[in-house]
Amino acid sequence: MQVDIQNLTKKFGDVTAVADVSLDIRDGEFVAFLGPSGCGKTTTLLMLAGIYKPTDGTITFGERIVNLVPPRERNIGMVFQSYALYPHMTVFGNIAYPLKLKNVSRADQQERVKRVADVMGIGELLDRKPAQLSGGQQQRVALGRALVKEPDILLFDEPLSNLDARLRLTMRAEIKALQKRLGITSVYVTHDQVEALTMADRIAVMNKGRLEAYATPEDLYDHPRTTFIANFVGNPPINMVDVELAQENGQVVARCAAFTVPLDSERVRKAVAHGRKLTMGIRAEDITLGDDAALTGEVYAVEPLGREDMLDVRIGAESFFALATPQQRMRAGDRIGLHIDAERLQFFDPATGKSVLWE
Amino acid sequence: MNMNTSARARTAPTRPNLTAYAFLAPVAILVVLFFIIPALLVIYISMTDLATANFTSDVGQMTFIGLKNYETLFSDPYARKIFFNTVFYVLVTLSLFNVGGALVVALLTAHINRRAGFFFRALWLLPRLMTSTVYILMWERMVADPPYGILNQLFGVAGYGTVAFNTNHIWTFVILVNGIIGISFGMIIFTSAIESISKDIMNASLVDGSTAMQRIRYVILPLMRWPLLFVLSYQTLSLLTSYEEILLFTNGGPGVYQTEVWALTAFHRALSNYFGNAQWGYGSAFAVVLVIVGIVLAILYLRIFRFRELVSEPKIENL
Repeated sequence: MQVDIQNLTKKFGDVTAVADVSLDIRDGEFVAFLGPSGCGKTTTLLMLAGIYKPTDGTITFGERIVNLVPPRERNIGMVFQSYALYPHMTVFGNIAYPLKLKNVSRADQQERVKRVADVMGIGELLDRKPAQLSGGQQQRVALGRALVKEPDILLFDEPLSNLDARLRLTMRAEIKALQKRLGITSVYVTHDQVEALTMADRIAVMNKGRLEAYATPEDLYDHPRTTFIANFVGNPPINMVDVELAQENGQVVARCAAFTVPLDSERVRKAVAHGRKLTMGIRAEDITLGDDAALTGEVYAVEPLGREDMLDVRIGAESFFALATPQQRMRAGDRIGLHIDAERLQFFDPATGKSVLWE
Repeated sequence: MNMNTSARARTAPTRPNLTAYAFLAPVAILVVLFFIIPALLVIYISMTDLATANFTSDVGQMTFIGLKNYETLFSDPYARKIFFNTVFYVLVTLSLFNVGGALVVALLTAHINRRAGFFFRALWLLPRLMTSTVYILMWERMVADPPYGILNQLFGVAGYGTVAFNTNHIWTFVILVNGIIGISFGMIIFTSAIESISKDIMNASLVDGSTAMQRIRYVILPLMRWPLLFVLSYQTLSLLTSYEEILLFTNGGPGVYQTEVWALTAFHRALSNYFGNAQWGYGSAFAVVLVIVGIVLAILYLRIFRFRELVSEPKIENL
């Protein structure tokens, strides 16, 4: 089922929760709504579910405008962060509930619940009550309940946020694989960029009720259109410095209070053409540590992450995240040289926060 | 080692128990003083002939007569009538108002605009806030027999014939008078129970495809089992023992015990006998029967609603 959202707006009194959001979701596509809390992503999801009615704009499922269609006529499945299982019903009762409401015969209910429960790996738990299940099992039941009526669209409202880190990883892969196999159009709301980047075909980044970007994970990471996206996507967060670009001895240099560094790349030349005062973004992985470098800094803190060490390097008042291998044995207080990969830099207009490289 | 632990097991409980009893003492003393002792006194008085008619020069004289008051009670033809009056009054008021009505009001006001819901619930609280004498006076004026009564005046204006509400439909009004006050208690409990059901569960039910009625039947009502049990049992007991409004409204009349209920009889016999003969002993017998019926009902309710099952079992943590 393809979904088309046009100029979608939702106001609660004077508060605008969602403002003028337009995007399309292809049949079978997995779209993540990513943003900090209060950005309007859940409100958008609840409008797709039919629980909130849009103040303005249209939502189209296939060929049908569904703005005023009640949830029960939308054929959607939904999974909640709190699982939202019915505590008084058994696992079987929970999964069978959507079928019972549709007056599906008892025999059919049995068969379909059994089938879904087997897919979700909860076949032996059908007699249990939700309170007797672990968080992971509860979320499987919730997913089973969403799938049992063979929905046209699956909606996920931060479904993994209540699970422990390890389980989250497994469930992430399972949900993704299941969605691909069943080919159900899915909308997945999350504030966790890793979930969005790993699972989604396309990511809609939302901020303060507006759609900041709608792109594939790779595009979002490599070509951030705004400082918000650059900041929000990527871990550790991108390093941002306000610099002034200047020509010196036929070379472009970036200058700020803390340092001056010569830079040369196509991106830098494009940025220079746009203006001189810019916000420069450098991702941690685009900084290489070495001895003879134009920039030197002092290691302020080391966070060992196992595979690598994350460094907080200070150059004057500026602070940079950089990565080192554990073999480099970095210690706080060490002085190190920083090579910046000029081909990977991002530049933004400090006034508007818009990228000067990508439209 | 073994000796040690068993020795501790024998001696250890006394000390913490003493502390626990010390903490319990203030409340326990009050309960004993104002609840258990009066209850025992009533049971004792119910086995005496304490009554103004039996007073001699020794005012307050009473003789122990065993279960004689109970014999009189069970062979009293009016006691039978009063018993069925009480059953009728409690059952109808409870099902139509204190539980049924409260549930309907709570469900309706939970499904409309929040502010409107609040307003209507506040309206239902008014009768409970009003002084009962004023409240009853209003009803009396409203339903007085023709040629009086506000209802009859309105009927006259509208061109209908008048109705002797007070004489011919008195039970309807006794139940209305009590029920309209009684709704607010359950309404408050039920509303808070409905509102405490998680928003996600309500949304899940919507997405799963429920109509409003299906949601009430399969999700809301089952999740309200405990408040329903509480209101049902609490209101049964309070209706069984309440008589204030009936005393003010009909005082058990009109006619012979037409709207007399058990608790009112206990009061009439013991404290307000028409003939000036306060039969404390006999009245206490009525009160004791009421207490026994109340205890039996409370136990029954706990059984029917399988109270034990409401206590949830521990979680099994794996996967």
